[in-house]
Amino acid sequence: MTTFKYLVLLFAIGAIAACETGNTLSDDGKALPILGERDYENGDTIYHKVPDFSFVNQDSNIVNNETFKDKIYVVDFFFTSCPTICPKVKQQMLRVHDRFKSNDKVYLLSHSIDTKRDTVAKLKKYASALDVKSDKWHFVTGDKDQIYDMADNYFIAAQEDPEAPEGFDHSGRLILVDKDRHIRAFCEGTDPESVDKFMLDIDKLLNE
Amino acid sequence: MNKYYIFFALGVIMYISSCQTTRFPQGEAAYLAYCASCHMEDGKGLKTLIPPLAQADYLQKNSEDLACIIRNGLRAPIVVNGQAYDQPMAGIPNLSDVDINNILNYIKNAWGNDYGTIKLSEVQAQLEGCK
Ligand code: HEC
Repeated sequence: MTTFKYLVLLFAIGAIAACETGNTLSDDGKALPILGERDYENGDTIYHKVPDFSFVNQDSNIVNNETFKDKIYVVDFFFTSCPTICPKVKQQMLRVHDRFKSNDKVYLLSHSIDTKRDTVAKLKKYASALDVKSDKWHFVTGDKDQIYDMADNYFIAAQEDPEAPEGFDHSGRLILVDKDRHIRAFCEGTDPESVDKFMLDIDKLLNE
Repeated sequence: MNKYYIFFALGVIMYISSCQTTRFPQGEAAYLAYCASCHMEDGKGLKTLIPPLAQADYLQKNSEDLACIIRNGLRAPIVVNGQAYDQPMAGIPNLSDVDINNILNYIKNAWGNDYGTIKLSEVQAQLEGCK
């Protein structure tokens, strides 16, 4: 009988282990770092800062640095006709949106890299289909060079590439920006576990 | 003794639910490669941006059009399970007739769907007639 017990236990453990993803999250309690290159001037450290920008959102309103004054925000880059990673990233952005829905310190900012085709009307339709509003989540378009320049500043790869599906190549990274325009955390927007950890980073930043 | 049976039952349930194998492994692989980025692994789509394939009445009601949708896409307002959708889906022209056949059999039977199977000859007849 004992052998049977062990076999049963072994089977149960095996079944659990076989399908476990094996990635546990750790919260080391340390403050979030400030990411990016830093300069030293007169003995003081200058951190990488998000530069001035100005775009138009799904409701035709201007979105700029002032929009996020004293707030923290999560950034990504996408385009509405993207056949590859975008819907997955948007699914994860939605998780962030839902989790911080009632926290008025947290905003989301999605940039279209297909500035020619993604008109304000298209962005509006896209945002409505996700059932989100611009008082929380901005979908912006604007000057193409400025959008790509901002991608560089957020350390997100984005480029036009005729060889890539629908003509654009970009990464699905999410970036967390603090109220001083510093970049404090990032994650892979296609990977739910990476986003789990990212949301803990947002909690941490909110507690600073 | 009783609690070991519970462990056993738990093991069986976890084994079945998380490691379920499909009758259509080729179709599943192609689905994951070409469709899951939008329709998601669980076939549930995304809000009203991407319609579901899981438990979708559309699959049953429009079974004659499915091969052409995969090859040429779909750019018209549609209704799936009573919900309106209107974002374009681009076609995926580099999938062969056989790939499309595999994918169709997978989505017709995945996620609790029970919409039968389709033969290659039927898929090819549909593809001949695409508008
Ligand atoms: C770029 C995202 C995207 C990809 C990739 C994609 N679809 Fe779609 N699919 C959509 C959208 C959006 C619609 C709704 C189209 C409309 O409203 O005209 C749709 C509609 C459908 C429909 C009809 C509505 C329904 O839900 O039953 C089927 C069937 C379908 N897709 C199957 C597939 C299959 C199979 C694949 C892979 C070969 C695939 N799609 C790949 C976005 C996508």
